[in-house]
Amino acid sequence: MTYNDKVVRQFVVMTVIWGIVGMLVGVIIAAQLWLPVLNFDIPWLTYSRLRPLHTNAVIFAFGGSALIGTSFYVVQRTCHVRLFAGGLASFVFWGWQLVILAAAISLPLGWTQGKEYAELEWPIDILITVVWVAYAVVFFGTIIKRRVSHIYVANWFYAAFIITIALLHIVNNLSLPVTMTKSYEIYTGSVDAMVQWWYGHNAVGFFLTAGFLAMMYYFVPKQAEGPVYSYRLSIVHFWALIAIYMWAGPHHLHYTALPDWVQSLGMVFSLILLAPSWGGMINGVMTLSGHWHKLRTDPVLKFMIVALSFYGMSTFEGPMMSIKTVNALSHYTDWTIGHVHSGALGWVAMMTIGSLYSLMPRLMGNKVMYSVKAVDAHFWIATIGIVLYIASMWIAGVMQGLMWRAFNDDGTLTYTFIETIAATKPYYAIRLLGGLLFLAGMFIMAWNTLKTLGAGKAPEFKAAEPAIWGEHA
Amino acid sequence: MLNSFWNWWVVIISVGSILACWWLLHWTKGVSDESNEKSGTGHVWDEDIRELNTPLPRWWLYLFNITIVFAFVYLAIFPGLGNFKGFLGWTQIEQYDAEMASATAAQESVYARFRDMDPSALMADQEAREIGGRLFGNNCAMCHGSDGRGAKGFPNLADNDWQWGGSYEQIMFTLQHGRIAAMPPFAAVVGEEGVPEVVAYVQTLSGQKADAELAAAGKARFQMICMACHGMDGTGNQALGAPNLTDDIWLYGSDPSDIEYAIRNGRNGKMPVFGNTLSEDHRRLLAAYVMGLSDS
Repeated sequence: MTYNDKVVRQFVVMTVIWGIVGMLVGVIIAAQLWLPVLNFDIPWLTYSRLRPLHTNAVIFAFGGSALIGTSFYVVQRTCHVRLFAGGLASFVFWGWQLVILAAAISLPLGWTQGKEYAELEWPIDILITVVWVAYAVVFFGTIIKRRVSHIYVANWFYAAFIITIALLHIVNNLSLPVTMTKSYEIYTGSVDAMVQWWYGHNAVGFFLTAGFLAMMYYFVPKQAEGPVYSYRLSIVHFWALIAIYMWAGPHHLHYTALPDWVQSLGMVFSLILLAPSWGGMINGVMTLSGHWHKLRTDPVLKFMIVALSFYGMSTFEGPMMSIKTVNALSHYTDWTIGHVHSGALGWVAMMTIGSLYSLMPRLMGNKVMYSVKAVDAHFWIATIGIVLYIASMWIAGVMQGLMWRAFNDDGTLTYTFIETIAATKPYYAIRLLGGLLFLAGMFIMAWNTLKTLGAGKAPEFKAAEPAIWGEHA
Repeated sequence: MLNSFWNWWVVIISVGSILACWWLLHWTKGVSDESNEKSGTGHVWDEDIRELNTPLPRWWLYLFNITIVFAFVYLAIFPGLGNFKGFLGWTQIEQYDAEMASATAAQESVYARFRDMDPSALMADQEAREIGGRLFGNNCAMCHGSDGRGAKGFPNLADNDWQWGGSYEQIMFTLQHGRIAAMPPFAAVVGEEGVPEVVAYVQTLSGQKADAELAAAGKARFQMICMACHGMDGTGNQALGAPNLTDDIWLYGSDPSDIEYAIRNGRNGKMPVFGNTLSEDHRRLLAAYVMGLSDS
């Protein structure tokens, strides 16, 4: 029996390509915020249409391809069995690429449901549902026919991610189609807002957190060649994380028409979420303990430890920002943008890049990428880019929050809105530079990917022997 | 207000979920087995992936427990558990009302002395002008521009030409109630050949060069149709917000293509209502400031 790695290689290549596309669009809109004339008065180049393209491309095209691709690799390796339903797995690959293509065409045309991170119109939503169900069949089919008795922790997280995203996607996108390109949500008013942010925050929780924790749980011990720190911690933080994340959505709607009691529950559960989130960081970082010396020679591990550090920082910052009084300052400012990118670039992208650098040579039967020096260069360029991005948005965000709330004795605002924009402009330039650096790193990765995967024909790998263990204590 | 079922639904699931976290911590402490803590669980995946079973870090357990205690304390003090209001009785509406009341009280001393002043006195008062300028920057500049000179579709307030009237009373009315200007589309009324004729005539009204023959034909149409709002001589009507077409001041542009667009498709202007968001104290100073813009 051999493993099915073809679909994994396809997803890996598309992850790098969509990463470049999504981040390029991000750099373009960052440039537009700095110099608005850069939309050239062309409707489909305006910020309002490119911004959803950027978020969809980096989350669902880059992140999605990385998650599906690595899950197909990890579930085979940790179940000691070939992927279930190979044809269906190919359908998942081509179907997902079709979804992305449809998004890349429809969003610049201005077809949108107007729901953040759920902009795609109903025909694309149905396609996503079909592809996702096929994905679930392949993944859980492989779990069912596994040749090991115990399901590895990475697969718990992939499973939670797959089930929850299906639930979130379907519930939030229930709508009444009017034409092929237009539909209306079935929810109204603050119920619509609540459903949207229940979806929005759990997309962060289950797509961008649980999914990438799954990646971490396989590739960190694999690359460090050491045991996972604590099985028991895995159990506690997994169950606590998936139970508590579901509640956190209302913190996006502080001081709105949402009833007070819902806002309070959202805040309280967001705070409880701190420890379960950190459980993943502890397990990742402590898995590296005893192997710290490898950081000097292995830049892949550097990506992973920096990703875990940003994960810890973002999951501390998030609960803090969910506190009502902090949120009153941070909400609607660029602080939120900084927070999101410390998670998206620092955690999601760095963990993806590190995992792919670990995975790609293995797919070719090698130990390391074509150029380890290029991996190291990529690491430093990306890290500097993130720091510039986040630091500038923190400063800009806190400054905006303070300027917006300052008022005079006569009841007028101390600063007009345009004055706050003018004050933010230099930070937009720094953010643009940070984004450019991160994008530059992706081009280095693309070259290295081409050299590594293009070096010859990928070998077939024999599946590991079945393993049946007695019940552990 | 939630009915009894949904009230208890919220309370039980909320408290239950928090207690479940506490139970999970307690339970996993209980399954501690010294024998495999360092040696691991004995599982091996993919040839070399193993797991230790290290006990939960002490500081992390404390952190988790502290957040659980905080949750119960917060939910006792603030609204959260269904219909239970919390011991403080806090609501965001009351917080808003209290902050607005204290702000209004603080403003009283600032605005009291302006109440006896007439518009010309307000225009002459340095502090009144400064406050008016800030009110303008906060509320009006996004359409009329920081300097009040407007933009295409947004009237210039600094040029002494008034669409709805420039007296103090008229400006106060505009601020309180807003204004809606509606120029209807006329392509169907004047016909295909009529459009260029009316365009030509409107051009000549303000002294632009245009084909004399077309303009003469357009004049007849203008004085039959357009005069209803813009007047026989094209000088407009402030009661309707119909602009004066003879003064070479153009709200939507002076280019023949702009004029043609207006005749074919009409134009809609909307000044929002500020009667609900700005008090009379504010609106008086704002009106005086706006008058001062075209006075200087």
